[in-house]
Amino acid sequence: MSLTILNAIIAVVAAIAFAAVNAAYLVWAERRGAGRIQRRPGPNVNGPFGLLQPPADGIKLMAKQLVIPGGADKALFMVAPVLAMVPAIMSFVTIPFSENIVARSMNIGVLMIFSFASLGAMAILLAGWGSRNKYGVMASVRAVSQNISYEIPMLITVITIVMMTGSMDLEQLVAAQAGGIWNWNLIPSLSSPLMPVSFLIFFICSLAETNRAPFDLGEAESELVAGFHTEYGSMGFGLFFMAEYANIVIGASLITILFLGGWDCPLGLFPGVWWFLLKIYLLIFSFIWIRWTFPRTTIYGLLNLSWKILIPISLFNLLLTAGLLKVF
Amino acid sequence: MNPTEASGILGFITADGLAGYADAAAGIVFLIMLAITVIGGIIACNAERLVRAVAGLALCFLGVAAIYYYLNSPFLAMMQMLIYIGAVCITIAFAIMLAAPEDSKKTGPSGALSGPLGLVTAGLVTIGMIGLAVNTTFEVLPKINMGEVKLIGIKLLTTYSMVFELVSIVLLIAIIGSLIIARHGRSK
Repeated sequence: MSLTILNAIIAVVAAIAFAAVNAAYLVWAERRGAGRIQRRPGPNVNGPFGLLQPPADGIKLMAKQLVIPGGADKALFMVAPVLAMVPAIMSFVTIPFSENIVARSMNIGVLMIFSFASLGAMAILLAGWGSRNKYGVMASVRAVSQNISYEIPMLITVITIVMMTGSMDLEQLVAAQAGGIWNWNLIPSLSSPLMPVSFLIFFICSLAETNRAPFDLGEAESELVAGFHTEYGSMGFGLFFMAEYANIVIGASLITILFLGGWDCPLGLFPGVWWFLLKIYLLIFSFIWIRWTFPRTTIYGLLNLSWKILIPISLFNLLLTAGLLKVF
Repeated sequence: MNPTEASGILGFITADGLAGYADAAAGIVFLIMLAITVIGGIIACNAERLVRAVAGLALCFLGVAAIYYYLNSPFLAMMQMLIYIGAVCITIAFAIMLAAPEDSKKTGPSGALSGPLGLVTAGLVTIGMIGLAVNTTFEVLPKINMGEVKLIGIKLLTTYSMVFELVSIVLLIAIIGSLIIARHGRSK
């Protein structure tokens, strides 16, 4: 109808395409990385370096029959994978990749990402419940209690940063860190001496929020078969998988924006989207690296870590930063 | 897109001056949101399984959040999602799962407020709402700020401190309620 509608549609389609391509190729990267870490080649047959593996997997998943278990709650069973994927896509719409590359700039961007992320827990719950599988139910209870407990230190850390910047606009958060590595939120300043600790807390929380090992209690394959997606086959499983990797990209983007200066260069030279992509892929690599080198924790250890260590530290950091912001 | 000229979800339509189409489209979108809210509410009240009722409740909250966004208050919309879906619904669903036995996950028989008494109550509420709507003069208030955190914080702790406290009571009630459901299920 008009150029602006066209712009909006193009932006949203681009966001979806970016999410999908990343989801597909991060699976490949993860499997290659896992192979390297476990001293085996990983997928390397289809195409050069196995690069054609993701499309082959995609075709396989789409061609498979969607089996719905007899006792399942059909409606919830069908809704859950979609509910897992949609919030991930929605969050991509507001993430700024550089000064000009953002699908829809919002002045409450941080809040929007977190409110959509909270829908993800709902999807896991409905998936586990809807499939009427005892492993599924157990896994979804685990995953949701984990998501709830790690959302708290994560949000407290975000509040600390929002307090320092005075804005929830992702672009302004990056703008406040412009000009080189010494301006990034990662580096402690007079008003926020505990920033590296916040970074660590946020990093751990994003690992837990995306249900990644060592926190993958929701799909612990040695205990719960495949967790909340035990009963899912074909594209239902595909959507959960894509949502997981889309969430990883969102987590890495959030860490980059909040702590690592977004699209800013460490030396203040040539800021641009390339820096942003470099940073998120380095973070994603570290996610993969951690997944394949750390053993899984127990559910109690996991919850204790959040409630007894991360939450008190992040609260202390919040109070300290609030006090120091008043002083300086 | 300039954020100041964009109004709500349909900002990109109104911006190009096709006012007639825009109004019609905006009306349709508003009706869809209303329908989502009402359908969610109906599911929440009539579902046979408790988990479905919670899913309906979440749908209802989502519709309300969409209406907030449509009415140009994205902050409220996001808060609605974060608090009501992300916290309240999840807490309730969580409690239902902890409450174990399969049969207790069915919704119980309808209470005293169903039937004629319920109709009377609903009628009274509707009449009251209509009365309020007719007697209120709706004014367009100026936009206070563009989402500045500091201003929101000051407003929340001064002008709207009562509302702020009430929100925390809602969360408290949700937690206590889910604890009661979970406890009840355990004792069986």
